[in-house]
Amino acid sequence: MLNFSDLLPYTDVFLGGLLTTIELTVLTTFLGVMVGTLCASIRQYGSKASRRVVAAYVELIRNTPFIVQLFFIFFGLPSIGFLLTPWQASIIALTINLGAYSTEIIRAGLSNIPKGQWEAAKVLGMNFRQTLMRVVFTPAFEKIYPALTSQCIIVMLGSAVLSQISVQDLTYAANLVQSRNFRAFESYVITALMYLGLAMLMRYAFSLIGKRVFAYREVR
Amino acid sequence: MKALKKLLGKTLIATACVAAAMTATADVLSDIKSRDEIRIAVPQDFPPFGSVGADLKPQGIDVDMAHYIADQMGVDLKIVPVTSANRIPYLQTSKVDLVISSLGKNPERQKAIDFSTPYAPFFLGVFGEKSVSVGELQDLSGKTVGVTRGSVEDLELEKNAPTSVNIQRFEDNNTTLTAYLTGQVNLIATGNLVATEIAKRKPARAPEAKFMLKDSPCYIGMAKGEAALQSEVNAIIAKALAEGKLNDISMKWLKAPLPAGFGV
Repeated sequence: MLNFSDLLPYTDVFLGGLLTTIELTVLTTFLGVMVGTLCASIRQYGSKASRRVVAAYVELIRNTPFIVQLFFIFFGLPSIGFLLTPWQASIIALTINLGAYSTEIIRAGLSNIPKGQWEAAKVLGMNFRQTLMRVVFTPAFEKIYPALTSQCIIVMLGSAVLSQISVQDLTYAANLVQSRNFRAFESYVITALMYLGLAMLMRYAFSLIGKRVFAYREVR
Repeated sequence: MKALKKLLGKTLIATACVAAAMTATADVLSDIKSRDEIRIAVPQDFPPFGSVGADLKPQGIDVDMAHYIADQMGVDLKIVPVTSANRIPYLQTSKVDLVISSLGKNPERQKAIDFSTPYAPFFLGVFGEKSVSVGELQDLSGKTVGVTRGSVEDLELEKNAPTSVNIQRFEDNNTTLTAYLTGQVNLIATGNLVATEIAKRKPARAPEAKFMLKDSPCYIGMAKGEAALQSEVNAIIAKALAEGKLNDISMKWLKAPLPAGFGV
């Protein structure tokens, strides 16, 4: 009964969707981790007021469904004058979402750096920026790296929801093909395999980056 | 021999009955006149064509049309509520004289019943803001059109629209509607009933019909071979069209005028 050859005419649709998902993921993983790092630093070292603002942002995002956040940005904001394209709305929604989750993850890493490490850096004559980059962030990120990797993959998988606002991602491709040739099983099997492949690829890419960044650990 | 006679007698009676029944239905129009009542089947679960109003009376395009036809014929009206599944059987078994029930025409139905000329618009088309000027498919190139994925209008667009059209597909009619209402898209491909729904919800953004993708207007159905009734009904529809009654009904229930060239 299964007939995968019915999917062949739609190869371009699938590849286009795959490419869109990859582009969105790469861009928002980068932006989201940036936001997360910034917010985590503020939560750990910022003033009391700024810490509260970040905490409110993190709680708001972590305690509401992603699709609601997305619909709010895409369908809600136009009523107050912010008309965003599906692509812009997606980038913003994914970045905000990953930003909130990664804030908590990275903050956990930062709070794990003992005070003695700061003091040691000061004794060595390092300024705040140097201390943060070399003495604090690197070991902090190393500790939470697996959790951060997983979170980025979760966001990539969550991007499937973007098809709801007509972003032509991988899930959109699957839905479209399925509505054209009614080969639901075949379309979604192929799509699931593509997501699986993407997730494995991401894990591999993260481990490669990790090996380079945390190379100082290795005995030379 | 006796038995044969009996059988023959029965057959004769049966034949006579059938013949009588046939003459009784041979001319529905004169039946209507002699009965001084026309029985018309209307939907009761399909607004804006036919539904039950707050006063528990049937209302809608089809109901208005039924009243108009009864008035024009000068007979009483008996409304018979039907569902879309049994509207044609009601006609075939002579339980009603006419079916005014948002009936579309297709070859299978044409084998079973006869149709009048169209009385109400029913079409898939591209709708949009008044400021957007498009008059045909080619004008869409470079523009963004919202549509519900997998719908007939989606397929029509994909098949016929120029490739430079940016088709934004949404999950269901409601999301497509929201996309238009919030201004995410300024053009949508949908049915004229959905466009009416938008006009009701947000009159300020009432979409204007730009052009049709697929036209399947509603016809009045009647039993096959009723030439007298058919020409009478067609004459009434032609009059309604000429004096603007059809347009009034369309404005009242569909919040839009009849499409250009309707019924011509």
